[in-house]
Amino acid sequence: MAKVVAKTGNEAMAEAMRQIDPDVVAAYPITPATEIVMIFAKFVADGLVNTEYVAVESEHSAMSACVGAAAAGGRVMTGTSSQGLALMYEILPIAAALRLPIVMCDVNRAISGPINIHCDHSDTMAARDFGWLQIFSENSQEAYDSLIQAIRIAEDPRVHLPAMVTTDGFIISHCMDRIEILEDNEVKNFIGQDRKTDVKLLDTDKPVAIGSIDLQDYYFEHRMPVAQAMKDSKKVILEVAQEFGQKFGRKYGLLEEYKTADAENIIVALGSTCGTAKVVVDELRAQGKKVGLLKIRVFRPFPAEEIVQVLSKAKNVAVLDRSDSWSGQGGQVFTEIRSALFDTKVKPGMINFIYGLGGREIDLDQIRSAFKALEEIDKQPMVSYLGMRQ
Amino acid sequence: MSVKKPAWKELNEGDVVEAGTAVKFETGDWRSERPTWHPEICIQCLICWTYCPDSSILVENQKMTGIDYKHCKGCGICAKECPVKPNKAITMGPERE
Repeated sequence: MAKVVAKTGNEAMAEAMRQIDPDVVAAYPITPATEIVMIFAKFVADGLVNTEYVAVESEHSAMSACVGAAAAGGRVMTGTSSQGLALMYEILPIAAALRLPIVMCDVNRAISGPINIHCDHSDTMAARDFGWLQIFSENSQEAYDSLIQAIRIAEDPRVHLPAMVTTDGFIISHCMDRIEILEDNEVKNFIGQDRKTDVKLLDTDKPVAIGSIDLQDYYFEHRMPVAQAMKDSKKVILEVAQEFGQKFGRKYGLLEEYKTADAENIIVALGSTCGTAKVVVDELRAQGKKVGLLKIRVFRPFPAEEIVQVLSKAKNVAVLDRSDSWSGQGGQVFTEIRSALFDTKVKPGMINFIYGLGGREIDLDQIRSAFKALEEIDKQPMVSYLGMRQ
Repeated sequence: MSVKKPAWKELNEGDVVEAGTAVKFETGDWRSERPTWHPEICIQCLICWTYCPDSSILVENQKMTGIDYKHCKGCGICAKECPVKPNKAITMGPERE
């Protein structure tokens, strides 16, 4: 049976990694990579896992080693954050194109400069178009549960794509939280003993070439399956979530609706901010205001139809983006949601708040002011910077 | 003759292909300098075979038998390394006069 423990987000993710017991972990455990892989390295040293731990010289090498190990047929994991994730960017799309189900613990942190290692989503949003599944967590429990589910999702033959499960830097990664840990054998049974793969790089009886040059004639056709697998993965994510919910009692979806059913004004957010927003929703509901929160758990694959279904009924919507697109039509989440709503007959009013960059705290007052802005949406600019000193 | 190329759904997942296909892909056609082997003075030391970066020195029964012009890029390393004196057993000349 599950036991209740106190763990930081990093400890929770490292604990999930211990229970998953991957074949290979290649990582560069230094700031800003967070302590996830450092904690995991101790598990390796203490003989608690059977993992081959490859201590590499950079995150670029970490992801390269992960690609090699996954191409050889292994169940492979790593962890990183911020500049560390940025150093992996060159290899991330290769993992996706080769259809390797690598699972990464990614702690959302700012991208320099100025130098900053605190929470925002700039690092992860910059990796949006690299063919990785992106699952956001509101708290440590979700990060732990999603990491276990991500192994199943990524390794499903209908998906075969790498996945990153993210927590918000410091707010989740370093804060002690109550979480329920599954038994080791429950995790093992859920994910299966080994990764199943038909392709093995090191099979001398059936040698193959992986990652060969692919120019004008075939590159286009080889990119298309990534887009298709990403679309197909929505169904798999829901199937895995349903099985997880039946076995362990915690329910997950692509989205989480919080009091949106009859809501006129809805805030959309990702990650830890949703916890804060729920408090404000409760407070405003107590005052008789019809407000709600739409939490996006899965950003890639992008659940456009599901989001439209919820938001097309609302009067006004504010999207909170913890990253900026520098003169685009708002932050990444806003841009995509607004585009998804373009074809609906009755569109809600939509505004975007860029907030919390570099770990700037998002407090109840800021979320209250976002809801307040929805009440007078005609006076609002499309995009504004929540809490910016003027 | 036009060949129908496979649609995206017909390709192997992740661009996994048969190994060793480089031998089928003839890459020697952009050579601008051409090595010529002189078997009458060759001492069969196989130093050219050791140095050739494109596996283009043909060897049978541990003896050099010629040059694979379908893959040789004409880099000239074999001619440079050939130890036979005074005239080398491999010499370089222009591909086309």
